[in-house]
Amino acid sequence: MKNHKIGLLYIAPWIIGFLVLTIWPIIMSFYYSLTDYNMITTPSFIGFKNYTSLFQSSLVNPNSFTVSLRATIIYVIFSVPLQLVFALFVAFVLNFKIKGISFFRTAYYIPSILGGNVAVGILWRFMFNPTGLVNTFLGTFGIHSVDWLSTTAGAMFSIVLLKVWQFGSSMLIFLAALKNLPPDLYEVASLEGASKLKQFFKITIPLITPSIFFNLVMQISNAFQEFNGPYLVTQGGPLQTTNLASLFIYQQAFQRYNMGYASAASWVLFAIIVSITIILFATQRFWVYYSDGGND
Amino acid sequence: MEKITGGYHTKIKTRQRLGNISRYVILTLFAIIMIYPLLWLIGATFKTNAEIFTQVSFIPRRIDFTPYIKGWTSPGAGTNTFTTYYINTFLYVIPKVVFTALSATIVGYGFARFEFPFKKIFFALLMATMFLPAVVTQIPLYLLFKQVGLLDSYAPLIIPAALAQQPFFVFLMIQFIRSIPRDFDEAATIDGCGSFGILWRILLPSLKPAIMSCVIFQFVWSFSDFLGPLIYITSPEKYPVSIALQLNTDTSSGVVPWNQIFAMSVISLLPAIILFFSAQRYFVEGVTSSGIKG
Repeated sequence: MKNHKIGLLYIAPWIIGFLVLTIWPIIMSFYYSLTDYNMITTPSFIGFKNYTSLFQSSLVNPNSFTVSLRATIIYVIFSVPLQLVFALFVAFVLNFKIKGISFFRTAYYIPSILGGNVAVGILWRFMFNPTGLVNTFLGTFGIHSVDWLSTTAGAMFSIVLLKVWQFGSSMLIFLAALKNLPPDLYEVASLEGASKLKQFFKITIPLITPSIFFNLVMQISNAFQEFNGPYLVTQGGPLQTTNLASLFIYQQAFQRYNMGYASAASWVLFAIIVSITIILFATQRFWVYYSDGGND
Repeated sequence: MEKITGGYHTKIKTRQRLGNISRYVILTLFAIIMIYPLLWLIGATFKTNAEIFTQVSFIPRRIDFTPYIKGWTSPGAGTNTFTTYYINTFLYVIPKVVFTALSATIVGYGFARFEFPFKKIFFALLMATMFLPAVVTQIPLYLLFKQVGLLDSYAPLIIPAALAQQPFFVFLMIQFIRSIPRDFDEAATIDGCGSFGILWRILLPSLKPAIMSCVIFQFVWSFSDFLGPLIYITSPEKYPVSIALQLNTDTSSGVVPWNQIFAMSVISLLPAIILFFSAQRYFVEGVTSSGIKG
């Protein structure tokens, strides 16, 4: 092709957007994180003071970033593996040649389409009310009502469940991967007398590690930044135990206008997500199997 | 010998049938649990408040559309009706969808069909932004839009879409364009067709499914976007549906009219539900082609 530069023209919108709406904000975010900035006076440089106070305030103030980080980590540790295990399990069962697959696919995918909606957040808050659907349901079995949203574990459970409920996208990615598996491998394994369970762990799992990897990276990053669940369902309570990091950053930046302090918090969260992603990418060669040697 | 193998086969068949039945039982049970909250939500819009608090069944005792009418015209916290909130929502959702389809197609075409300096670096950066946590750019973007005087407008919600800043869509287009053979492009070039002509006349017809995927995903995501409007939109008369709904639950005084709130919730879910059922395959194609090869 002779028009070498014309491609640049086509991707120009993205380049401009990338520089103005991604690179520049990242640089500015780091700069703001080193300042004291309340949007009224000009930002004043204070070095790493925001970062140190992020981790010190916990001693005097329970509504602190440390508490938020801890809650976020608990949230990620519970929601991501549960979501992926469900997604894989359902994809595995759906992968058998069964009639009505599109009906089931719909039922499992629709919560992922609607889950981010405010309406679902409101519904969830109502469901876990002391007089809400969950307790009414438990009541029919004679189980006395639980005040879900005012206990630490109950509130965390409600937002973890909301996340796990939306396993549809991961499921579709797993399903696509399962459909591409070579059937002859299983025939050979059956002839050699390998049990279904053994086939699953020795053939299926290794062959779909690329999709496990992809889903893992995406879901960890999403879960670390979860906002709607804690904002709408638990409002961060009780006693800030579901005040996830993104909620903390929102409150500091857009309710209290502590832009520098909030920027520092967002940098800590950013650093955590990026480190985990980099570590996962680094461990890839030990457990992720690419049939083409990973050169694509 | 015949008999033995025959018996063996029936044994396998019964076992397969049992396996199938248990699969259906598991799948159906899970499916019911999954969609029950949504069914219950729809049922609750016809119930009285007392019924809402005591009935596990999603089937209402009567069909009464009063909660829909009341909820729409006199929402608890706001002074505007939902007509305003819906118009507001479409005021940014439609441009966002149109700009996404345009920008993702053009940028995707550039990446998929041309060689240019630093292409590999640009592509790597594009992929990296797919994994970039949005949280780090949130505050400076707000301050940037404040400096140029665009706060409390829909521009901060639309501009990133116009500049192809959601790599999911660009990546989707790249994947689709790559799967179209270059033969047509080359034939068209020989016939004197320019690069934009190729995109417009030759590729566009084949790209329709991909563009549909972009349109549908962007519509559903933007329609339910909450954090974006929450940060950027401050005037109540500019609120979209998502913010209006959330405000309605904050009526601190008196009884919360749950059936009205649920009615408005159902209406706010309707566009996504309708789109999903009429365009299911685009959702599936969109998700699966965004993932990596198994």
